Amino acid sequence: MSEEEQNTPAAAGPARRSVLKAGGATAAVAVAAGPAAAGGAGGPTALPRAVADITLRVNGAEHPLSVEARVTLLDALRERLGLTGAKKGCDRGECGACTVLVDGRRVKSCTTLAVMQEGREVTTVEGLARGDELHPVQEAFVRRDAFQCGFCTPGQIVSAVACVQEGHGGSRDEIREWMSGNLCRCGCYPNIVDAVRDAAEAEEARR
Amino acid sequence: MRRFDYARTSRAGEAVDLVAGEPTGAFVAGGTDLLNLMKDGAEAPDLVVDINDLPLSDVEVVGEAARERLRIGALARLADVAAHPRVSRELPVLTEALLATASPQVRNMATVGGNLMQRTRCWYFRDPDFACNKRAPGSGCPAQEGQNRWHAILGGSDHCIAVHPSDLAVALRALDATVHTLGPGGRRAIAIGDFHREPGAAPERETALRHGELITAVEVPLPRRGTRSGYLKVRDRATFEFAVVSAAAVLRMDGRTVRDIALAFGGIATRPWRSAAAEDALRGRRLTDDTVAAAGRALVAGARPRTHNAFKVELVQRALHEVLGALGDDR
Repeated sequence: MSEEEQNTPAAAGPARRSVLKAGGATAAVAVAAGPAAAGGAGGPTALPRAVADITLRVNGAEHPLSVEARVTLLDALRERLGLTGAKKGCDRGECGACTVLVDGRRVKSCTTLAVMQEGREVTTVEGLARGDELHPVQEAFVRRDAFQCGFCTPGQIVSAVACVQEGHGGSRDEIREWMSGNLCRCGCYPNIVDAVRDAAEAEEARR
Repeated sequence: MRRFDYARTSRAGEAVDLVAGEPTGAFVAGGTDLLNLMKDGAEAPDLVVDINDLPLSDVEVVGEAARERLRIGALARLADVAAHPRVSRELPVLTEALLATASPQVRNMATVGGNLMQRTRCWYFRDPDFACNKRAPGSGCPAQEGQNRWHAILGGSDHCIAVHPSDLAVALRALDATVHTLGPGGRRAIAIGDFHREPGAAPERETALRHGELITAVEVPLPRRGTRSGYLKVRDRATFEFAVVSAAAVLRMDGRTVRDIALAFGGIATRPWRSAAAEDALRGRRLTDDTVAAAGRALVAGARPRTHNAFKVELVQRALHEVLGALGDDR
């Protein structure tokens, strides 16, 4: 269990005194709080708070959640929603094992907060397959044996899905550059590059 | 990460009021640096204000025909600025610096404003177990006599020799950008050359911003026809790494003579480093091995290398030679 999760919402204390002061100073313009208020552009303000009730939309399903503000998206996915596909490797945005899609774009879920994802659509590796039918990138990873221990693989696959969609799978060199945010300690890079190239070629043929 | 309060607003004025009202308040946009600083204990804000709902993501051309400027919203993501057609066509130095930054995932998250505000990667600063004048003023600077391969040869002081890590800021210095802000006292515009500070005796003060002041946009004059530009980043590995040294060049030739030139450097200095002396050594002259070497000598004339970073004195001169050569001069 992560450090964040040991502090349950029920055990959460009140906001610090200095923050209450700050909140008080702006209460006149802060007209509403709570999950509905935290929404999109032009919406009202979410008041300063250490624990927030949010709705995380992940792989098409809505998950109402009460989380501490300091919980990363990665920890919320793994510890609260049980979606353990995204992995915690470095927890510093360096290894890419935690890669997920937010609104269709690949990001590192360890360096963003769960509360910042209100109103966004998160896709994890669990959301790629359709039933028993693997995503073409997943199939390519299996066919090319593009993994050894498998720890980095969910992040590699999600990153590769975005890499192909972005049109950055045109050559082995291009793939190496545009997959550089995902590290593999087993050194499966040659097969990973093969798999991404296969998926990119299949995508080019479809277009 | 220590507990903190989180707020989110779609009004810039309210975001400013919230952060200004809390002594340790911080804005969060991409979060790619702030969250790491908080995990490492190098920063511990009591209030984090999410500014992602502010309407500051657009990249647009403003101003009349002869004086067009590119206005980049502070929340524009690095990936989107790099891919903007006017940027890649007319400001290659900017696209090249952005594409050399971090990784594709980070470039999807990180914003232009946040990139200018990122903190140094000095390992003594990032680790609260060490003294650091930047993190804990007056506690000392272990980098002076310690492991300083990554540290500055220019712009340092006895109090701090930490390098500013941004590639974007180096390109913006060569392009004479302007940073637009909204603070408790209203709006103002800050020349990029006045934005980042040398550490001097107060390394904890890194920028011209006051507490609660928010970057709203960065403006770059679009260069005249015939202007060439480029960015060279020298790293310990091929990609996804900070610069050991980097060089940004913006060049306009008149025949074979340098009509105007702007040169800025990263990896070697405590802030994005513009060298007027190197520019003066080339303006009005031809680009030859001799004139470029003279410019390189002028660039490093005031360098103060430490135990492990003396190689940067030579390396940055070679980077200058390389980036000017790559711009297709007629040598």
